[in-house]
Amino acid sequence: MADGKEQSPLEQFEIKPLIELKLGNFDISYTNSALFMTVTFFLIVGFLLLGTRKRASVPSRLQVMVELSYEFIAGLIRDTIGAEGRKYFPFIFSVFMFVLVGNLLGMTPYSFTFTSHIIVTFALASVIFIGVTILGFCKHGMHFFSFFLPPGTPWMMAPLLVPIEVISYLSRPISLSVRLFANMLAGHTLLKVIASFIGLLGVYGVLPLALVTALTGLEILIAFLQAYVFAILTCLYINDALKLH
Amino acid sequence: MFDNQSKTPLEELDTKLRKVNAKNLNQRSDTRSDQGFGIAVRIGVDIVAALAVGVGLGLLLDNWLNTKPWMLILFFILGAVAGLLNVFRSISGHGYAVGYASPELKNVSGSNTNKHAGNR
Repeated sequence: MADGKEQSPLEQFEIKPLIELKLGNFDISYTNSALFMTVTFFLIVGFLLLGTRKRASVPSRLQVMVELSYEFIAGLIRDTIGAEGRKYFPFIFSVFMFVLVGNLLGMTPYSFTFTSHIIVTFALASVIFIGVTILGFCKHGMHFFSFFLPPGTPWMMAPLLVPIEVISYLSRPISLSVRLFANMLAGHTLLKVIASFIGLLGVYGVLPLALVTALTGLEILIAFLQAYVFAILTCLYINDALKLH
Repeated sequence: MFDNQSKTPLEELDTKLRKVNAKNLNQRSDTRSDQGFGIAVRIGVDIVAALAVGVGLGLLLDNWLNTKPWMLILFFILGAVAGLLNVFRSISGHGYAVGYASPELKNVSGSNTNKHAGNR
């Protein structure tokens, strides 16, 4: 910490290939980002399998946690989509758990936060966006395009409103991915920057230490909140595609 | 005799649980307290995202049609409008739907979403 020249607050986001792999001209190395995604996957699967192993009517603590996360997403879907949203539960639950565990895993020291990379969040958001668009086409066929012209619009306004609605629709994956990525990037950078003051200020380093402690709590809150926002927006988008208006 | 035995506390508990569950179902959308902060986190990015899409589309069209600044200017404004519209929608209870439902349509089909959206 003391020799501030070598430590950069952005160093934590560096992607390092662990196993070099090449497929033609593509670099498909197994990186630290991929490693933490794998860890996230096994954590989720392990958590769910261990928690549901006994299926006790008086649940253990782990089972309560699993049931809580299940209930949380089930309630979210019931509130936003309604009964016909049930079949999208596996998808929304997977997305929620992946983002949540990825965010929380990033909060452990010396770990890597893969949700702080826009390519990861944008890939997630693109899958949701493309999936929802296909869903809309499957459900409504060409009627889907009425999405871009609100009912009851005067025809004079159509040339103005349609581009606006199209831009608004296309901005969904971008706002979805940038929100998660920016929150994670900013939070983790801020933590590192303030933490680097602790060593530099000597005795007064207690002050930034207290601040970092508080910010760590805030970051954990944001980790939950961003996963929640990601899940609720997925629900709202699916709801839009199912009901159009 | 068998029936009498099965009218045990467990069954009573079951009926009680059902009642509580039914209550919770009705109350659920009222007891969301994290909505305020959730929405604050959401809308900031929405303006920028729509603006970015507008500028991107404008630049693409300029390259394609060779109309150097004009499409950029036009789509910059459209993007800004779309961003404000996004924010207006998410805070005024239209949800994230593109477009609006007419009041009659809303009452018929979207009562579920509207209830939720109104709470946000």
